[in-house]
Amino acid sequence: MNDMTPDGYVTEDGRKIGGVIMEMRNITLRFGGVVAIEDISFDIREGEIRAIIGPNGAGKSSMLNVISGFYNPQQGEVWYKGSKRPQMKPYQVAQQGIARTFQNIALFEGMSVLDNVMTGRIRQMSAGLLSQAIWKGRAEAEETENRAAVEKIIDFLEIQHIRKTPVGRLPYGLKKRVELARALAAEPSILLLDEPMAGMNVEEKEDMSRFILDVNDEFGTTIALIEHDMGVVMDLSDRVVVMDYGKKIGDGTPDEVRRNQAVIDAYLGVAHD
Amino acid sequence: MREEKDLAQPSQAADGARSIPALLQRNATQFANRHAYREKEYGIWQTWSWAEAEKEIEALALGLINLGVAEGDFISVIGRNRPHFYWSMVAAQSVGAIPVPLYQDAAADEMAYVMDHCGARFAIVQDQEQVDKLIEVQEGLHQLEHIIYVDPRGLRKYDHHKLHRFTDIQEQGRAAYYEFIEDLKARRGKLDYDSVCVMLYTSGTTGKPKGVVLSNRNIIEASKSSAEFDNLAVDEEVLAYLPMAWVGDFIFSIGQAYWCGFCVNCPESAETMQTDLREIGPTYYFAPPRVFETQLTNVMIRMEDASRFKKWLFDHFMAVARRVGPDILDGKPVSGMDRLRYSLGNLFVFGPLKDTLGLGRVRVGYTAGEAIGPEIFDFYRSLGINLKQLYGQTEASVFITLQPDGEVRSDTVGVPAPGVEVRISEDGEVFYRGAGTFEYYYKNEESTKKTKDAQGWVATGDAGFFEDGSGHLRIIDRAKDVGKMADGKLFAPKYVENKLKFFPNILEAVVFGNGREECTAFINIDLTAVGNWAERNNIGYASYQELAGHPKVLEMIRGHVEDVNRSLADDPMLSHCQVHRFLVLHKELDADDGEMTRTRKVRRGVISEKFEDLLVALYDGSEEVYTTTEVTYEDGRKGSISATLKIVPVEVAVEQTAKVAAE
Repeated sequence: MNDMTPDGYVTEDGRKIGGVIMEMRNITLRFGGVVAIEDISFDIREGEIRAIIGPNGAGKSSMLNVISGFYNPQQGEVWYKGSKRPQMKPYQVAQQGIARTFQNIALFEGMSVLDNVMTGRIRQMSAGLLSQAIWKGRAEAEETENRAAVEKIIDFLEIQHIRKTPVGRLPYGLKKRVELARALAAEPSILLLDEPMAGMNVEEKEDMSRFILDVNDEFGTTIALIEHDMGVVMDLSDRVVVMDYGKKIGDGTPDEVRRNQAVIDAYLGVAHD
Repeated sequence: MREEKDLAQPSQAADGARSIPALLQRNATQFANRHAYREKEYGIWQTWSWAEAEKEIEALALGLINLGVAEGDFISVIGRNRPHFYWSMVAAQSVGAIPVPLYQDAAADEMAYVMDHCGARFAIVQDQEQVDKLIEVQEGLHQLEHIIYVDPRGLRKYDHHKLHRFTDIQEQGRAAYYEFIEDLKARRGKLDYDSVCVMLYTSGTTGKPKGVVLSNRNIIEASKSSAEFDNLAVDEEVLAYLPMAWVGDFIFSIGQAYWCGFCVNCPESAETMQTDLREIGPTYYFAPPRVFETQLTNVMIRMEDASRFKKWLFDHFMAVARRVGPDILDGKPVSGMDRLRYSLGNLFVFGPLKDTLGLGRVRVGYTAGEAIGPEIFDFYRSLGINLKQLYGQTEASVFITLQPDGEVRSDTVGVPAPGVEVRISEDGEVFYRGAGTFEYYYKNEESTKKTKDAQGWVATGDAGFFEDGSGHLRIIDRAKDVGKMADGKLFAPKYVENKLKFFPNILEAVVFGNGREECTAFINIDLTAVGNWAERNNIGYASYQELAGHPKVLEMIRGHVEDVNRSLADDPMLSHCQVHRFLVLHKELDADDGEMTRTRKVRRGVISEKFEDLLVALYDGSEEVYTTTEVTYEDGRKGSISATLKIVPVEVAVEQTAKVAAE
């Protein structure tokens, strides 16, 4: 990445990536005596697909939870859109435009796909309780407007055929797609994906990869994802942060990371002699 | 009263319309505000009236002229049923070009063959998937100049020198209105009955596809006479969901729709077809037997899971329906008591069931392409759905024979369509000629000569005969598939295969026996039906292959084959075609592997070559056989699967005549 400037860079496939949208500065997170994340810094740029990888227990999910405001680090600062983020609750972070999906799907099982995705629009709705209850004026107009937005996403992710199906009846791969739809419905500035391909077969992984690339391409959404499957990560992402035992051991383009000796050791193990 | 009639039937002025674009002009004035197209998108049915559709098509046609489309150019159209692609075909015709719709699921090299054969300069395609395929084979296609796509998703980064967005082309067309409108009008004016309307490639069970050239005369005359035959009117509703490259869709969704002025509804996606069908409630419906089979299988599976009371109600009234339903439909006398029972059944079972199936409003329903199982056919008819059969092919602009209302049976294909003559040659092959008979095969004079003689008679390649008394045509088999067993007796594989396929558990069957002592068969199980059966019987399986090889599945299939043998034994002509041994294939026969055509007809030659080891094993007395098969994935990559298949011997029923002699 020779031509990286503060204003952005151009990826190998010719996409223009913008300036820094989020920056983690010297983050340290401890649970009692256990250090989950130790002094990690990295940035996420506007429009890029940024991956966080590492072996089991490396602290990837903790890192994502710091970004989403679920954990507050003992040390370090989170900078978002040019200013330092004060300590926040997860919902406040969501209101700032950071949406996420979960490793263990967290949808409303009894509700239809459509209703689940509609919940993602909560940030765009402001009608009061009374208005919602009598279904007049603001509430009605808002519903129409938000439904239209949701339908665009349903179309985009090709889940029209399950629009009215209760989520509980769907297979795993589709549930993951519904979760992505709900996150997208929030029109986020940054989309956090926690192991979007976990437990999928090859075909489902390919579909999901396609959707992630298309989301990034179509809506220009910045995406930060955690993933186990190295092949997928290397194909998808523009830049990769590698973690091991809570420390950052590598950061760069997939190619750079692939050649990094520390990364190879972490993944393949080193002989202790 | 008179006005009503005007509304219900296209006026006489239509006789002056000698091309599809001319019919569009007529409809845009005569039916201006009536719905022409509907498509479900973003969860809502979006609608275009005839006047609006005409504007869309005009803008596109102007855009095509602007892009450099010349008269006589070929334009490939590749996509699923969407108004945009129907507009594309009519816009192509309007500028004097010839639309060539292709199967959207065709592999890149199949598309390349066809596009190279016709020398298409332009292609209008659906999305990135199709654009990628064309880019992949672009080097071999020297004539291909521009690609127009409808769905821009994922295509932003592509080189747009030769790539255009559908709406942009329309926009450019509107901007250049005054520049090109006179040219467009002139080109449109030149179209007549003899100009080419469309070129459709037949999939062909053998050899390379052939381009069937159909003129405006073929399409309009065939549409007109068939519409009159079934009294199709301007207020019909149809759902366009069959492949656009297939002649049937062209006739139903363009020919008849433009002739009658009825509305064509496009589903949201292939997966939502069933829901969309129900929302639209078509009055005129076509489906290949497979669709009806699948629907019936689904109904039966769901009834198995229903509560006991519901199941009883269903069984009880279905028995009534089977007994009197078809007679009521045909207007034959039925006792008052039975009528009452039937109408109760209609209230509790048939009505709701038809509604669920989306067939509640069907006035005319057709099935064709393959033989349909009598049980399946009778099931729909007993519900009160006017399902009929027709016999046709691309070269005939669909219609060769049709079943008139009230003369419907599962084993015949009806009487010659209006304006079509049918004769049977000495060796039993069916020949026809009529206004719909195709002009020629494009760049293939040899095949044209072989198929169509100087008097216009076309060989269908099917063996059949007219039944005494009713005058209905019965098709036995493909003429070239009909062979001789080693002892010189008639071998009709398709006849046996159809009998096998009537079992919901059997998806496909391929019967061998030409020039041999005994018949044997390859069988494909139906994953839905057998999977459900397995679940019910606590049979665990991890893959298609494992289920297909399960001893209990083999046992069940053996039972079906024995049933078929018994019924064959009753037919003195074909009792020697009983299946002696079979095996259940470890993979589904697939068009991607070349084993079937895109319209899902088995390619015997390819199959017996590809699975030669299995075929040998069926005859050399082996009990099982190990095999490895190459498979092609949808994206064109190849892999292989291997399996050990059991050869299952089957009991052969004694022939009736022999039995008499033995006693």
